[in-house]
Amino acid sequence: MSTHFYNEMYDSAGVLRPHYRTFAEWLAAMPADRLERKRTEADTAFHRVGITFAVYGEESGTERLIPFDIIPRIIPAAEWQALQAGLWQRVKALNAFLHDIYHEQEILRSGRLPPEQVLHNAQFRPEMIGVDVPSGIYAHIAGVDIVRAGAGESYVLEDNLRVPSGVSYMIEDRKMMMRLFPELFSRQMIAPVQHYPDMLFENLRSVAPKGVSDPTVVLLTPGAYNSAYFEHTFLAQQMGVELVEGRDLFVRDETVFMRTTQGPQRVDVIYRRLDDDFLDPLVFNKDSMLGVPGLLAAYRAGHVTLANAIGTGVADDKSIYPYVPEMIRFYLGEEPKLNNVPTWMLRKPEDLSYVLAHLPELVVKEVHGAGGYGMLVGPASTRAEIEQFRTRIVASPEKYIAQPTLALSNCPTFVESGIAPRHLDLRPFVLSGKRGIGMVPGGLTRVALREGSLVVNSSQGGGTKDTWVLEN
Amino acid sequence: MLSRTADHLYWMARYTERAENLARLLDVSYQMSLVPQSLAAQNENWRAILALNSLEAAFAREYPAVNVENVLRFMVSDASNPSSIYSCLRAARENAHAVRGTMTAEMWESVNATWIELRQQNFEHILARGVSEFFDWVKLRSAVTRGVTFGTMLKDDALHFIRLGGLLERGDNTARILDMQYHILRQNDDEEVSDFYRWGALLRSLSAFQVYRKVYRDAITPGRVAELLILNMNLPRSLHSCADGIVRMLQLIANGASAETERQAGVLHARLHFARIDDVLAGGLHEYLTDFMDRIFEIGDGISRDFLIPG
Repeated sequence: MSTHFYNEMYDSAGVLRPHYRTFAEWLAAMPADRLERKRTEADTAFHRVGITFAVYGEESGTERLIPFDIIPRIIPAAEWQALQAGLWQRVKALNAFLHDIYHEQEILRSGRLPPEQVLHNAQFRPEMIGVDVPSGIYAHIAGVDIVRAGAGESYVLEDNLRVPSGVSYMIEDRKMMMRLFPELFSRQMIAPVQHYPDMLFENLRSVAPKGVSDPTVVLLTPGAYNSAYFEHTFLAQQMGVELVEGRDLFVRDETVFMRTTQGPQRVDVIYRRLDDDFLDPLVFNKDSMLGVPGLLAAYRAGHVTLANAIGTGVADDKSIYPYVPEMIRFYLGEEPKLNNVPTWMLRKPEDLSYVLAHLPELVVKEVHGAGGYGMLVGPASTRAEIEQFRTRIVASPEKYIAQPTLALSNCPTFVESGIAPRHLDLRPFVLSGKRGIGMVPGGLTRVALREGSLVVNSSQGGGTKDTWVLEN
Repeated sequence: MLSRTADHLYWMARYTERAENLARLLDVSYQMSLVPQSLAAQNENWRAILALNSLEAAFAREYPAVNVENVLRFMVSDASNPSSIYSCLRAARENAHAVRGTMTAEMWESVNATWIELRQQNFEHILARGVSEFFDWVKLRSAVTRGVTFGTMLKDDALHFIRLGGLLERGDNTARILDMQYHILRQNDDEEVSDFYRWGALLRSLSAFQVYRKVYRDAITPGRVAELLILNMNLPRSLHSCADGIVRMLQLIANGASAETERQAGVLHARLHFARIDDVLAGGLHEYLTDFMDRIFEIGDGISRDFLIPG
């Protein structure tokens, strides 16, 4: 593994980068005991407010705090504008791709993407073929993971188009920084992010079914034991919409209603935080108690909008990811502005043999895995772990992709031994609706708190930082 | 509002109120046990608390004998007893957690803080510090949550369902406390010396001691205690006052299916509004209170059917 990493705060000569100057001066002048007090204050406040997440695989009902680091990740204005343009381009192409594969399938006929990669993909939903969705938008909310590697160039790590989460931490982290250190926000212009729920609400209203002028929007959650439940309650409350579970909804005459204390009330737009498989037990997972029987029929009839649409998973699948640059060229006639990470597809024999020969250097991921589960980070693994993974790959190579181990950038972070560099990524949230694409400047910065770790997922012990986009 | 949301808010309020009244009941029992009396009489009192909640069998499965420490442990911090203060506050918190987005941040934080603080106290700590201090803490936390509720919540259906749950539970609990204590006190009619302390403790447990003095300016008699706690319209914990609130809340949340429940609440209220204590006592207080609790149960059933779990 490369021993040199791009540092967000200092350049390779150890000189402070200009956009960190104001912050670094402030930090240097800050007495250590006051900082320590502020960090404790942040911890207490997060606990009291109950900003926690449930951890799968641990004792049921375990709630943990996501560690919050007080050193922000700062992005200069020009850099952000370039990133934003790239994100808009990418999400636009992904939506065009989704519309295409559920309609004319031109990209398959053009030969740029092997049809079986799409049509035999478990995330492809034949139920969606020929279904028209409002404004042709499928991924209303996209959380695109960006990393910086090598000498500082950005890569898209993955496009999360199903039910991306984390935006509540982006907002809570900002609230916490403003509460702890208000003086920092008067010293420089930091782009605000707290209006995200308003933008999201307007975006959801804009994609209501045809003929509905004052749509009723609800947020559908799997329930209080879901790991992202805090976020569901947070967003529903901020938008002023009902937080519903499947049992609160029912379908009559291909129309969705919620059970209220004043009788049934019609629902027009469902911001669902529930995977496709659980949405409608009549069509998908028959055992799901979380969904709404008949929902798909109402959706196909155009009487309700689901955000995100059913079947978006086929576009953020790791086996489709390598083709996104091609989608951008095909649908938009543009060159991609953001880099893809070079990816070996192990269903291809030549890729497989290369990867098997270089496992200790590579990162191998399950095509359908998420959340940092089921992956091999070669350089950080023991010989036994690598051999164990090798057996799994050989058994079903089509289930895996491999990528070079990226030398993720790092940023100074408070750890037990003091301030030390830790690796991080960035998840900006891109909203697509009737009026186009919008986003708040910034996103969720996740940081791997274990020394040397490249896995930033909160389920794997990652923390978060406030993300500052500076305004000119 | 969503029926399920209303259901969670309603039960959050009921469990919070139940925990508070349980603290009140245990406190008065504890105070009374300090009045000189035979050990047998004292244990009889604790047995009555178990009987009041139909918990004798569940208690006997876990504890060898009925005595002050065992009953307190069972009713205060035993997680396996669904009626303990611990279980009530846990249920209140779970209901709040399920709909935390519909209440103000301060409210959720208050309910959550109660739960976090409760978990930091084990029964040995509570005994060592004195159980009355713990009961005061439960009452205080309940008061804080109630204060934050009224001080921060929009006066919409969410608040109405919270109030409705609280009033229903409170009416039921006051009737239970009165029924049990009245029964014990009448049995011990001959021990007149201690009566003042016992009736005083009962009144205090319902925050009605000073009110009694103010209203009657006279010695404490069982008849007047019953009158105050049942019929006084202005005492917040009286049956009359609770029934009055229930009728008003039901008017505010009424829907097309709730006419019968409203009628039942109206009947209950009228019976209290126009009652005379002599008639109540002549017909038997226990019978009267049992009838009241049955009616409260019916109204609760109607509320579930009409609003909370519609078919």
